[in-house]
Amino acid sequence: MDSGVEKGGDNVLEPISIDTDTRDILAHARSEADKKNFDDMLIVDIDAHHNERLSWDTIIQYIDDPVIRHTATEYQNLRPGSQTFGLNVDSGMRYQDVGGRIPHQSARREIIESSGEPNDVVLARRAYESMGIDYTVIFPTPMLFLGIHPQVEMEVALGRAYNRWLCDEILSADDKLKAMLFLPFNDPKASLEFVREFAGKKGVIGFMVTSTRYRKVHHNDYMPLYAELQERGLPLSFHASSNWGDRTMSQFDRFISMHAISFVLCNIVHMTNWVLSGLPERFPNLDVIWIESGLAWIPFLMQRLDNEYMMRSSEAPLLKRRPGDYIREMYFSCQPMELGYPKAVECTFDMINAETQLLFASDWPHWDFDTPSVIYDLPFLSEQAKRNILGLNAKRLFKL
Amino acid sequence: MAEIHIGSESEFADRDRKVIVEGDLEIGVFFIDGEFYAYENRCAHQGGPVCQGRILNRVEEVLADDKTSSGMRWSDSDIHIVCPWHGYEFNIKTGRHPGDKNARMRPFDVKIKDGEVYVIV
Repeated sequence: MDSGVEKGGDNVLEPISIDTDTRDILAHARSEADKKNFDDMLIVDIDAHHNERLSWDTIIQYIDDPVIRHTATEYQNLRPGSQTFGLNVDSGMRYQDVGGRIPHQSARREIIESSGEPNDVVLARRAYESMGIDYTVIFPTPMLFLGIHPQVEMEVALGRAYNRWLCDEILSADDKLKAMLFLPFNDPKASLEFVREFAGKKGVIGFMVTSTRYRKVHHNDYMPLYAELQERGLPLSFHASSNWGDRTMSQFDRFISMHAISFVLCNIVHMTNWVLSGLPERFPNLDVIWIESGLAWIPFLMQRLDNEYMMRSSEAPLLKRRPGDYIREMYFSCQPMELGYPKAVECTFDMINAETQLLFASDWPHWDFDTPSVIYDLPFLSEQAKRNILGLNAKRLFKL
Repeated sequence: MAEIHIGSESEFADRDRKVIVEGDLEIGVFFIDGEFYAYENRCAHQGGPVCQGRILNRVEEVLADDKTSSGMRWSDSDIHIVCPWHGYEFNIKTGRHPGDKNARMRPFDVKIKDGEVYVIV
């Protein structure tokens, strides 16, 4: 302007709250996607979430058992405002939003115009379009805690109802939404039945075990499940979560401490059992994915297990190579990326063969979500490596 | 160098903020304890809309002389802006994260002229 003064006061951005539209919350992600031409590359988000509580009245109608379905219906109808039926999540202690500082984690009360589409589909689409994502693998949220539910039959009943609802009403409504369906892992036989019932349904690209649980993943009871998944060429994922009720975690009195360690510890335990029991030798063609533990734990565990294995190989006789050699053939989701030590990040990527094994994940709408830029902006990655991690590795793994 | 007109000084009460768009640039202007502060609306962490977050005082932990803790309280003096994407907090007067001085918001100078507020970019 001639005067050197530009009038900037008219276009004002409002504070972000629980009522803000997802597209406004993620407007900066959209502008980054435009700058970096994300729409011209395949981006697959292998871990995003929806809140199944919001559809719980519908989901419980998919429960097979007539008595549990009746109890669930009565519970929902007669106790509005109480905990959602059957879910054991410690919701009064879910402090993820840091005292309301991260509104999209607190609640999402944005306006959704009535279009006939499920709200979950509308919200997911607003997010994936904002970030330039082509396919989103969607996971539940409070159901991640069903692995520590005291009633195993409830994990089975709710898991089956959720899977049927997801297939019927969500995956069928949007070709860009995919799922690794919930397995009631505390019941190995039911888990196998789930694979046989749901494999091949539209949008089903694998199966998921919630990692917060106390079953040994190498128990003999699981071998038929792993054989079935391998035979069908379907990946098995372990999705981490937290459990403040765990005796070790109960030593922490702050959410930050519990969350930082709990999300990693559960996958460390399962990974250790998986490798040292020789499951990669027993099922060499079963693809395994470790989700939402970040990446920093993997070099730690590789070094730790390799070191002890070299001294105690007699205790892991099925192994023909070092534990780390098996681990680097597995798949990992990147979120949440720990970026504070750039040299360590580069070393980690090298140790885990990230160029072929790492999968982008946003974890949207959770408080520690990542956008595709966390991968795209890494200075040590080649253009091809970026494309692999952002989408091509997932395309190959899931046959998209 | 250009001056961007933000609005009138009288629009701002204590702890008010205004986030404006000027071309590709988004700028947040804050009025804290009688002073104006301006920063780019882009978080040093992942580029989130930091200036559109909540304004909250810094949380402090209260230690006695013998180093025992008696809990937490709100700071009387340090006021933070919190990025709504991931919760990164920055002192509005310094623009810096409380635990990492290298994590900071991009500042702009503010000029007051005839009761009007301008940001210099």
